[in-house]
Amino acid sequence: MTYLLQQFLNALQVGSIYALIALGYTLVYGILTMINFAHGDLFMIGAFCCFLSVAFLGLPFLPTLLLSMCGVALLGVLIERFAYRPLRQAPRVSAIITALGVGLFLENFTLALSPYPQQIPPLLDNRMWTLFGVSLSSLQIFIIVLSLLLMFLLDLLVRRTMVGMAMRAISWDKTVAPLMGVPVNAVISLTFAVGTGLGGAAGVLYGLAYPVIDPYMGVMVGWKAFISAVVGGIGNIRGAMIGGYILGAVEIMVVAFFPSTYRDFVAFVLLLVLLIFRPQGILGKPQQQKV
Amino acid sequence: MGRNQEREHRTKQGLAGHRLLPVLLAGLFIVSLAIDRFELLDPYVQLIVMYIGINIILTVSLNLVNGYMGEFSVGHAGFMAVGAYTASFLTVKVLPVHLAAWFFPLAVIAGGLAAAAIGLLVAVPSFKTRGDYLAIVTLAFGMIVKSAVENIDALGGPRGFLGMEKLTSLPWVFFWVVFSLWVIRNLIYSNFGRGVLSIREDEAASALMSVNTKQVKVLAFAVSSFFAGIAGGLFAHLLQFINPRTFDIIKSTDILIMVYLGGIGSLAGSILGATVYTVILEVLRPLGVWRMVFMPLLLVILMLYRPKGITGLREFPWFIPFRDRLAGTLSREEGREP
Amino acid sequence: MMPILQLVDITHNFDGITAVADFNLLLGQNELAGIIGPNGAGKTTVFNLITGVYRATAGSISFAGTELVGQAPDRIAALGIARTFQNIRLFKELTVLDNVRIAHYSKVQYNPLEALFRLGGFHAEEEAVLEHSLELLALLKLDGYAAETAKNLPYGLQRRLEIARALATRPQLLLLDEPAAGMNPQEVARLLEFILWMHKEFNLTILLIEHQMHLVMNVCERLLVLDFGEMIAEGTPQEIQKNRRVLEVYLGEAPAS
Repeated sequence: MTYLLQQFLNALQVGSIYALIALGYTLVYGILTMINFAHGDLFMIGAFCCFLSVAFLGLPFLPTLLLSMCGVALLGVLIERFAYRPLRQAPRVSAIITALGVGLFLENFTLALSPYPQQIPPLLDNRMWTLFGVSLSSLQIFIIVLSLLLMFLLDLLVRRTMVGMAMRAISWDKTVAPLMGVPVNAVISLTFAVGTGLGGAAGVLYGLAYPVIDPYMGVMVGWKAFISAVVGGIGNIRGAMIGGYILGAVEIMVVAFFPSTYRDFVAFVLLLVLLIFRPQGILGKPQQQKV
Repeated sequence: MGRNQEREHRTKQGLAGHRLLPVLLAGLFIVSLAIDRFELLDPYVQLIVMYIGINIILTVSLNLVNGYMGEFSVGHAGFMAVGAYTASFLTVKVLPVHLAAWFFPLAVIAGGLAAAAIGLLVAVPSFKTRGDYLAIVTLAFGMIVKSAVENIDALGGPRGFLGMEKLTSLPWVFFWVVFSLWVIRNLIYSNFGRGVLSIREDEAASALMSVNTKQVKVLAFAVSSFFAGIAGGLFAHLLQFINPRTFDIIKSTDILIMVYLGGIGSLAGSILGATVYTVILEVLRPLGVWRMVFMPLLLVILMLYRPKGITGLREFPWFIPFRDRLAGTLSREEGREP
Repeated sequence: MMPILQLVDITHNFDGITAVADFNLLLGQNELAGIIGPNGAGKTTVFNLITGVYRATAGSISFAGTELVGQAPDRIAALGIARTFQNIRLFKELTVLDNVRIAHYSKVQYNPLEALFRLGGFHAEEEAVLEHSLELLALLKLDGYAAETAKNLPYGLQRRLEIARALATRPQLLLLDEPAAGMNPQEVARLLEFILWMHKEFNLTILLIEHQMHLVMNVCERLLVLDFGEMIAEGTPQEIQKNRRVLEVYLGEAPAS
């Protein structure tokens, strides 16, 4: 029983990070119908920003988080402006390949500058408590709570503000939205900023939990988060959150009962099974062909 | 003019150029045998040429699914892995040592068939999903193959598999390159190939015009993965060591780059893309790590300014069968309405 | 007259909206019939149901003795039903010739292996496909454009190519979805003659959807009128012209007489 509770907590932690990154994917997909395959690498950049901020600037947690989020958001906006915007009318494949290229570029650029993994110096005190036989770490709680807070803020943004309404309008009808006065390019840039910013935050939180970082850390995590977004129904914000926690739970359960080398394997098989039987994900809507 | 007379007329106009091709290829094959036997070329150059050949097979096989059929398969390295491991396992663990060289072509073919079997599995989700979703499915397959190998001890797991003899030679690579190009070209310029193209253009309309899209997809995926498997077998017996990391998303991305660089929907494009990419990577080797920073940047620029690749959708005339080339000369101003 | 197509109590729902309700149709061999009605009445849906794009929620469709509901579109096409589309759906990047050749898919005799290795009857079959395609193009006066890319054709010729492509499947039943869309009166007149010629030349049964009344009244032997998914009238063009309900649907309330 305590073992299960323990794993439940672990799942929450892992799931929170996946959910944050998944939100970035889903926001961009919802508004541009494009999968930003470079997103996982932006998460990695977030972790490296955290490293630079702590190791070289000596900043405490909150400024580090804000700085990293802003840094990644800025990078995201630049990528959208120069690599994706010109391809908005081009076939989808071009955009996807470009995204893959951008991702590769980020990975190898970081690798060139940092050939060895880096270690983020400790940023927050980690206190351990035991409650009902389950050991809790303050860091774990912190990550979970902060993630939920950010998700809550995003939900508010999308559902309660004009900007959020603009985002939703564009996602429903890209042609008509500008005719109704919605500044499409600005909203898209903002969406990218928010989505990638969340990914950057995830990078910081990940760095708190697992301080050793390397340029390729975003690849696998990125794909897992992407799976989460698809599982929940890509384009659907609530779906991305649910998907993240589901994947976290699946992973932790798999590692708990099987050799750890099966972890990724099971995640991908789950994805495949889902896509075969319910391609639209949990909260997604099936696509109808019009003839 | 009657149809047959027209035909003769156009033949004399120089369409027969493509008849030179088989002769040329036979000549090149003999040259490759000579180079191999008498060490006429620097071994390093031979190695690069063989890598180019293997990459051509990978590129043209992926082009069939991504370029001609307009699908989005991102896990091509997975099929390569299946072929590599199958062929290697056969020559190292199954066949007696002294027979390995004789059975090499069979081992490679076995690798291809194994990869094709997996390809059939991937074809099934493609019936209902396209685009981004199919990308994930194919990627998942690639990852699953990689994960599966990591968990199988007999294949060396994460540590890798070695012991292969260097059975891949210039003549063998040449043969397989020509064979793969020939078979895929035959597919494209046939009923099924037209089906492939129609799926890319408009899948729903295609089905309504009697195209059995399931059959076509299965065929395309099977042929595509078969040749990826062949390339894998050749690769394994050139490098003499393989491990799961060799066939990861980076490798799949490399192949994608070669396809889109050279030109989708064009065999000549695939040859160009594979050659240019392999050569540039070699030439840039002194740059070290910065080489892999430069390459993706190049790719992005390519996508921004020339998304259809170097050749666009155009094909090298000698690759097109006579019948289809003849059809290409049939437009006449007189036959048109005012 | 031999019946060739029969729809019995066909109903189709989308997410709670009923697109077609209890639609019945009996089409005889070699008939030339039309379906008319306001936009959104469900006419194209009927075509989609017949050709297998949608699977009818309820009811049955039989064609030459075979049940169509539940069959895949390519099977239905192979059985002998071909169609054109409201918005032209040609294979844009392919040549005119290839657009027509593709439609021979189900008729071709060789198997994949023979294609891959150029064995057996491959070459003979390909010649036959090429011959038939060129003949068809010549009949429809498109042969001068054989090597032209489909998207480069002028609008009227694109529509003709769509019909050529449909005819290449050697259908018994041809469904034309708004063939006169976007045409001026002269073009409509030519289309009218063309349809009548095609009907005889290829021994077809034709069912068409159209808004242009001139075409419909002069080509169709029988008309069905759909409104909100229901058939509200059926009869000869003359009868339909005088039908009160039809007039109401098209023109609003009939004036008090």
